[in-house]
Amino acid sequence: MKPELSEHLFRRESGRLVAALTRIFGVHNLALAEDVVQDAFCRALEVWKVRGIPDNPGAWLMAVAKHRALDIVRRERTARTFAPELTRVLESEWTLAPAVEEAFAGSTIRDEQLRMMFSCCDPRLPEEAQVALVLNILCGFGAGEIASAFLVSRAAMEKRITRGKKTLAASARLFDLADAEFAPRLSAVRRALYLLFNEGYHGASAQGAVRTELCTEAIRLTLLLIEASQTASPETFALAALMYLNAAKLPARLDTAGDLNPLVEHDRARWDTRLVQQGLELLDRSASGDVISAFHVEAAIAAVHATAQSIDETDWNTIVGLYDRLMTIAPSPIVALNRAIAIGQRDGPDAGIDALRAIGDLERLRSYPFYPAALGELERRRGNLGAASGHFATAAALARNDAERRFLEKRIRDCA
Amino acid sequence: MSQFLYLYRMTEASRQQNMGTPEQAQQSMQRWVAWFSDLDKKGHLKDRGQPLERTGKVVRGQQKTVTDGPFTEAKDLVGGFTLVEARDIDQAVELSRGCPIFEGGGSVEVRPIMKMDM
Repeated sequence: MKPELSEHLFRRESGRLVAALTRIFGVHNLALAEDVVQDAFCRALEVWKVRGIPDNPGAWLMAVAKHRALDIVRRERTARTFAPELTRVLESEWTLAPAVEEAFAGSTIRDEQLRMMFSCCDPRLPEEAQVALVLNILCGFGAGEIASAFLVSRAAMEKRITRGKKTLAASARLFDLADAEFAPRLSAVRRALYLLFNEGYHGASAQGAVRTELCTEAIRLTLLLIEASQTASPETFALAALMYLNAAKLPARLDTAGDLNPLVEHDRARWDTRLVQQGLELLDRSASGDVISAFHVEAAIAAVHATAQSIDETDWNTIVGLYDRLMTIAPSPIVALNRAIAIGQRDGPDAGIDALRAIGDLERLRSYPFYPAALGELERRRGNLGAASGHFATAAALARNDAERRFLEKRIRDCA
Repeated sequence: MSQFLYLYRMTEASRQQNMGTPEQAQQSMQRWVAWFSDLDKKGHLKDRGQPLERTGKVVRGQQKTVTDGPFTEAKDLVGGFTLVEARDIDQAVELSRGCPIFEGGGSVEVRPIMKMDM
């Protein structure tokens, strides 16, 4: 039996190879690096489809990319400038081949992926562009694929990515992890990975597979941060913990049709206990230093849920306390909404409804379907099915995609 | 059974375009692997053949002039070949219909191998 291709091999290798090639060519030649990778995939496609898949497809792709890189540097080194750090090294045949070899070494590829990630999270770019660039360059998603995950038009996404790449290519070099701006940039990177994960977990795309992939990629990139000593701070561990503990619930969150299941209806037997375990270990490792970040608190909340046997056996008192804390670190109407839901679980539906009505910045929840949905849920528990149904109808009218709409319409039917 | 040569043809533009995103490339490859394995299982695969580089030389005429080739402006370049066995040309054509090349705008030229013992 011929070896099989591991799932998403091309997509995964794409980010690694582009990072290695960018080290040689320089970030101003990002497009060239991408062309070389595209070409390597073309060759692989043509050879493998006829001759079969080689034993080590990743190494095969890397060999093709290395070969092309050498070829391009030799042919164009007088006409084109490559990475400024390597100018001298690439000039001489004596040092060229070892330099190319070095760029493709495992540890270098990891570092270059980190630098690329930091470069993508440039504060000059809006956050959604940062996330799009990370998905495109480091995760190998095409513009169309990213557009469908974020429910924007392909043309709009292409524009976003092209603009982002222009900004990237205009910088002299990839972000240097020794740069003075390191700390704020690391925060931006974590923020982008957090958004990426949330897009998968809560996001707009109705396709379960797409959403799981986004979560998987966010975790993979966060693990890169954890592997490198400069970026493996307590806050990074907290972010990883948060992702693992929530990802553990994904199999139960999305049913086979890609529809949403509310936490109450989760079949907890389908939670991934291995991920819960790893998440708790990561949370342990995040408990050092003197800063409690929003990621720490969110991970702690996820841990309480992940270790509870059922909704009723959940320690709602601790959860309310954690939300109180989150409201002081990173207040937002969504946090307030979740806090009110937890209060409803702890103190009963009347208290929950009072807490919902007391949210300060209600205007910002005006178009958020889960605010009226939460009111509906609590009214239903109070036995006011008519009021509940009305709230669910309001929520359904605000639904942002079919999965949410089907979910909320089912709640309306449940009230009949 | 008779032997037939499949010549895979595709323009350079559609070759690049056909590659698409890494994920699409991987799916395309899986379709090719599945098609080949199907031909093989049914006993039609005589020789998987070889993919061809896009560039080379053409030697032509009594002067044996050497030019770069094949022809970059050519509508469809031969990108590879496979040798199959089939009952007749109709069956060989039928079998070629499963080839994933059509999804990318390419073509398969089906040519009977000339029989020498007629």
